[in-house]
Amino acid sequence: MSLGDTKSPFDSEEDPMTELKRYFAPTSLDQAVECLKGGNVTILAGGTDLTPQSQAGRIKFRETLMNIRHIPQLSGITLEGNEIRIGALATITEIMEHPLVRQHLPVLVEACDHFASDQIRNAGTLGGNICNASPAGDTLVPLLVLDACVELASMPEAKLYRHCMPISTFFTGPGKTRKSLCELVTGVRIPVPSPDHRSRFYKHGTRPALDISTISIGIAGDIKDGVISNVRVAFGAVAPTPLRATATESALEGRHLDAATIEAAAVAARDEVNPIDDVRATAWYRREMIHNMTKRVLENVAQA
Amino acid sequence: MSLKHEIEFTLNGVKRKVMVDVRMNALDMLRDIVGLTGTKYGCGEGECGACTIQVDGVSLNSCLMFAVDCAGRNLTTVEGLTDQPRGEALRDAFVEHGAVQCGFCTPGMMMQADHLLAKHEHPDEACVKRGLEGNLCRCTGYKKIVDAVVACGNAEPTP
Repeated sequence: MSLGDTKSPFDSEEDPMTELKRYFAPTSLDQAVECLKGGNVTILAGGTDLTPQSQAGRIKFRETLMNIRHIPQLSGITLEGNEIRIGALATITEIMEHPLVRQHLPVLVEACDHFASDQIRNAGTLGGNICNASPAGDTLVPLLVLDACVELASMPEAKLYRHCMPISTFFTGPGKTRKSLCELVTGVRIPVPSPDHRSRFYKHGTRPALDISTISIGIAGDIKDGVISNVRVAFGAVAPTPLRATATESALEGRHLDAATIEAAAVAARDEVNPIDDVRATAWYRREMIHNMTKRVLENVAQA
Repeated sequence: MSLKHEIEFTLNGVKRKVMVDVRMNALDMLRDIVGLTGTKYGCGEGECGACTIQVDGVSLNSCLMFAVDCAGRNLTTVEGLTDQPRGEALRDAFVEHGAVQCGFCTPGMMMQADHLLAKHEHPDEACVKRGLEGNLCRCTGYKKIVDAVVACGNAEPTP
């Protein structure tokens, strides 16, 4: 399952853990963030990860299980000014099929297209994929190269407080994020890319469906007269979090996308990642794949 | 102590009100509380598709859904599938093409195939294979299942 096999954010040792005492399905954002004030809440959205993880005992429920499905502010995909806002409850299928996303964010469509199976795409939500914070989370790499911001809501005093955090700073470790227990992810905001923007996503796994990435690569930039600028490169499943590859970006920024530049970027990429050996691949294999596939993706971008 | 919660939903066109354990998944509720055992437990983690049902018109794995999350929603299981003409045609196509061997994957396959046909009226083989990639069958080698779904799509009159 693509939503990850790593530890959950609801699972860290220092958190208060009590018996499940209450089920709550708020119908407004205010109710939800008020409920989160005590912090002792397990949040349910699509359930594709929480259901099996909790049944297997890998996630312990907190005192309250809060189902956020009925909060209208968490749904929908809209154009707001120069940003596309995707609600936290948008399913992978909804994102993949939405005209705004298809028109402006094809790299996100590509990643959604590689996400698990139809059944899971129909249920799993973007907010869930983000909060799960799997190093291999399929939507996270495209969100990184699209420079997305994560919308957070909380109620520190008596009033609703909302702010945004760049997704590049959101993840802190496998299953861990900067979101506090009192905060709710309400959606993401993605700047509409410029007309010169090109981006690609590549995922490697052993079979097309239902596979967790061995590696994934996202590359985006503005291309004009063969020169790439505003480069953003991100890798998945090669470090404790999905990450922006700043050294690879520097090797590309402002340069002509010729063979020498592409090779230099691929080498920078190989040196920059920090993968582990696990059931899906060895660290060596992942580094080689990052090198070879970064090269292939860049060649593809250069030819486009 | 198990925490219980009462939910109401529509199942195969009929309103239901049931009391469920808050931790329970929708598959266990359907099989053990409602008593509809057509939906199968295969893997319990969304890999095999044997538990596929439709909720508000989309297919999903009932093992990956909380029972409490069914509240207010519209569920269809394999027991309700042949109430619709498309479901009936699909069943006939499965029979005709010998797409059923041991039969364990069949309810999930049919629920997913029905969703596929709802989105793509006349799917080709590649489209069917893609649509069924979340459903495992260990007997047929898939060919007869894919043939059945393709045939079902072609059999429908073009609007």
